[in-house]
Amino acid sequence: MSRTDFPSTTGTVVIGAGIVGSSLVGELAERGREDILLIDKGPLSDPGGSTGHASNFIFPVEHSKDMTKITSDSRDIYREFGVFTNSGGIELARTEERMEELKRRVVSAKAFGEDAELLTPEEVEELVPYVNTDIIKGGFHSTDAGTCDPLRAGELYRQQAEEKNALRTAPNTEVTDLHVEDGEITAVETDKGTVEADEVVIAAGLWSPKIADMAGVDIPLTPAVHQMVSVGPVERFEEGPEGEINYPVVRDMDTQMYERQHGNDIEVGSYEHRPILWDVEDVPSIEESPLSPTQPPLTEDAFEKSMEHALEIIPDVLDDPDAGIRHSIDGLLSVTPDGHPLLGPIPEVDGLWSCAAIWIKEAPAIAREVSKWMTKGHPDIDIVAHDHIARFDEYGETDEFVKSRAHEGFQKIYDIVHPREQWQSTRPLRTSAFYNRQEDLDAEFFEAGGWERPRWFESNADLVDKYEDQIEDLQRPNEWDSRWWSDIILGEHLHLRNNAGMIGDTGFGIFDIIGSDAYENMERLCVASMDIDVGDAAYTPILAPNAGFVADLTVARLGKNHYRVITGGAHAGQDRTWFGNHLEGDAELIGRSSELCTLGVWGPNAEALMDSISEEPMTADSFDFAEMKEVTINGVTAKALRISYVGEFGWEIYAPMDRGQRLWDTIYEAGQEHNIRPVGTGVYGETGRMEKGYRLMGAELEIDYNPAEAGLTFHGVKDADFIGKDAYAEAIDEENTATLCTLSVTDHAPDGGEPRFMTGGEPILDQDGEVLIDDEGRRSYVTSAGTGPSIGKHLLLSYLPQEYAEEGQELQVEYFGQHYPVEVEVAGNGGVFDPENDRLFRKEY
Amino acid sequence: MEILTAIKRVPETGAKVSLTDDKLDIDTTSLGFTFSPHEECAVEEGVQLVEEHGGNVTVLTLGEEDATEQLRSAIAMGADDGMLLDGGDDEWGPAATATAVAEAVEASDTDFDLLLFGNESADAANHQVGVRVAEELGLPCVTGIKDLDVGEGVATAKREIPGGSEVYEVDLPAVVTVKEGLNEPRYPSMRAKMQARKASVEQTEPEPREDDLELVELEVPETDDSPAEIIGESPEAAEEVVDVLEELEVV
Repeated sequence: MSRTDFPSTTGTVVIGAGIVGSSLVGELAERGREDILLIDKGPLSDPGGSTGHASNFIFPVEHSKDMTKITSDSRDIYREFGVFTNSGGIELARTEERMEELKRRVVSAKAFGEDAELLTPEEVEELVPYVNTDIIKGGFHSTDAGTCDPLRAGELYRQQAEEKNALRTAPNTEVTDLHVEDGEITAVETDKGTVEADEVVIAAGLWSPKIADMAGVDIPLTPAVHQMVSVGPVERFEEGPEGEINYPVVRDMDTQMYERQHGNDIEVGSYEHRPILWDVEDVPSIEESPLSPTQPPLTEDAFEKSMEHALEIIPDVLDDPDAGIRHSIDGLLSVTPDGHPLLGPIPEVDGLWSCAAIWIKEAPAIAREVSKWMTKGHPDIDIVAHDHIARFDEYGETDEFVKSRAHEGFQKIYDIVHPREQWQSTRPLRTSAFYNRQEDLDAEFFEAGGWERPRWFESNADLVDKYEDQIEDLQRPNEWDSRWWSDIILGEHLHLRNNAGMIGDTGFGIFDIIGSDAYENMERLCVASMDIDVGDAAYTPILAPNAGFVADLTVARLGKNHYRVITGGAHAGQDRTWFGNHLEGDAELIGRSSELCTLGVWGPNAEALMDSISEEPMTADSFDFAEMKEVTINGVTAKALRISYVGEFGWEIYAPMDRGQRLWDTIYEAGQEHNIRPVGTGVYGETGRMEKGYRLMGAELEIDYNPAEAGLTFHGVKDADFIGKDAYAEAIDEENTATLCTLSVTDHAPDGGEPRFMTGGEPILDQDGEVLIDDEGRRSYVTSAGTGPSIGKHLLLSYLPQEYAEEGQELQVEYFGQHYPVEVEVAGNGGVFDPENDRLFRKEY
Repeated sequence: MEILTAIKRVPETGAKVSLTDDKLDIDTTSLGFTFSPHEECAVEEGVQLVEEHGGNVTVLTLGEEDATEQLRSAIAMGADDGMLLDGGDDEWGPAATATAVAEAVEASDTDFDLLLFGNESADAANHQVGVRVAEELGLPCVTGIKDLDVGEGVATAKREIPGGSEVYEVDLPAVVTVKEGLNEPRYPSMRAKMQARKASVEQTEPEPREDDLELVELEVPETDDSPAEIIGESPEAAEEVVDVLEELEVV
């Protein structure tokens, strides 16, 4: 496209023509976008970004349902384009610890629908004869892994869009500015001219932060080096059948490396070297780059150890007398603070989207889901909960944060990462007014949405002895099961149920919706009726048009035209963006997360305690369930909401941050008489909620399941229209395909030996050992796992096909390759503990 | 047979060259470093001669400490020992370099039979160091060599000239400066590369001395921007190709 052809206006601009941008224009055209302009500063088909130097292999198995699905869908798309080769892939274990991890990967494969098997060293040798099997314990075989050609796929995607007359392409065109007016994107300025557009997607890979900066927003990623060399010609590969790849890709997991045959070369890639992070400003231009901007020369000393390890694992190939290092680079790719992509609408600018930090193995399917998000308002695979760019909203966008987390996360790429593992760098970042007091009590802090939240308190260790009889059978002798966990949580749980516990700060995301159209907006967004009295609150799901879950949260009405939304910290940015993007008329969103702290006080003694220190009555009689009132506690004015996520009588109290410590001190000191203890979110988020069967956004609640299946239809269908209403009403009318159930593990050591405790993500099997699959093809797996000390059982939540969703149904769960018997405790909504909610409503204490 | 090869650390070429603000240096922020193809051939030649006749190849460079990286690359290609004349960050002129190299050769315990240089460096291209070293050591010197045969105490060296070639015989020890095309350098194996990283490199500090040559300013030559345009694909493009050819008056 020459200067004269450059359009002055278009519908959608996609910036970046790597595999992500190219897939996206194809998928957008498929969904009816007719006027798309694809811009890249580089030439086609390889504009010089990370796509051009990727190793292009696809290992579909992840410890995440959504990422496994995204990867396998991408593989299918590459296959349809004829650019996928099913070579298979093998992950090697050099250590027993890794062998255990490989067992866990087989279980994840089973849970999320991929074929996989464990291999003995001899079986590895049969598949890849050049691996040195003397130093391995075994392997994990992903039979449907393979390699793809993303540059060709990008071409085919662009062609598809061009054939629909939906795409114009402007290569060799550099974006120089983004125009934003009144919080909306209006135009993209380039060295070839300016094009007006009200929808712009930044799909510029590691250059994305630079482009985002032109609109005054952040895309929190950093370029990072992934070293790779190519060695050849290898005689063995020349003797074999012709083709790009004839042997499975090998991942030498313990050394964080891979070895992949490529024609007569072997490509050796590493994530083992020290993290080498770049500033995007230092990435050279195309003209300045001998190879490409994303292929700077190899940092030799950093690669030394990787060479040693490669020579250990494939000496036969690398010691081929004719084979030499023909190519070596510090390949640049994008790394984010948590390793996940950065997708979705950018909160601050309407019409501006991010589609960045995506691996080759995920690109086409992510592009497909983002195109659905753009065209119909939501994706079909849940890329919102963990991949939405807004998850770093309000805290995670500084260079220091991005760099330190990327530095830490780079080392986790091939590492064994425990599902509860916590980040270590740039902490503490967000601390509430209670933080210093909690530190004094030896809190073990976990992080959510940047907030430090006590998971348990070491100062409560005495409770383990006190409740030894009840806890004894729930102890986790296995190191993996007890990692990032403490039996103190069980003691704290029992203390709260017997006396009282104070839990805070909960790290909530809090924002207000204010304006004369606030009510109409809230009604349109929420399943629950928002026609509530001032001072009342309601729990409500927020649905997508398909009735899948977008959020679940609490809304309080503070005034006729004033609502307060309270949601989980880890989901705060996503929910804020959803609300922000859907507000119409006179309604403004104002963030409150950093100015309010939240302290929960629950348990049998909560009423007596709170009533004794509050100037206003705080009793069951004076305070209805779900009622929010202003209270004054020792000079601190706060709002108290009678609600509970642990199933006990009590309140969440929201106080101004500057008076939070005084509130804490007052309750803590007065509470001594009532035997109160500060307890952690181990009780709040796990043991307490699991006993009550309370659902968690991003775990049970996601786009793939509707409220009927989640057992959350108690609101009925209100008269007013709301997003997702039709699908929601239909879901209620129809019989469920699956129902969320609470299960308990009935034998933790069926073969004797060490009792084991699942952590979540495991497949649910029938008595024959087959994974349960519902009529929509959805597989049953553990969405949350947690121990219930009050009932003495380890509990699992899982969607089960309707025919299995029956109390007493006996099934199995697979964990590290072993089967454990489980039984359905509750089918649908309801608690295993206190099913009548007598405690919540203070009918029984 | 004892062979010395001399190399020089230079920025990787192949991309647009940017200069530092004072125009005295190339901006190497995004560039890697290497040594020139001439010198790669010198190293390869040395390695091949030792493979044939036995002995050792010592690779020498004068430069900053980072030039050790290039010594290691040469060791990975098969050289046996590395010798760094640590000249600090300053650029050394050809006369000063030659003196430092000649002194290092004289000070060495090894009596070299053959000293191989690249015909000229990839960056400064003064064409001087090899010749000056020969002069200072009182050795015979042949330059611009693309074919070399080494026999008992004598070398036969061939230089291409327009329309033919010149063949010289020189008694060893001698200095030979070589050009790309002398041989086909082999890529180092990974094992050699790894071992080279562990090889010890002898390091000395040559006495700094003035050079008569002073760099005043660098200039980047104008390049002819001839953008490529894809005018079509497959047989359908033929017509347009013909149009372009006619426009250029080549048909």
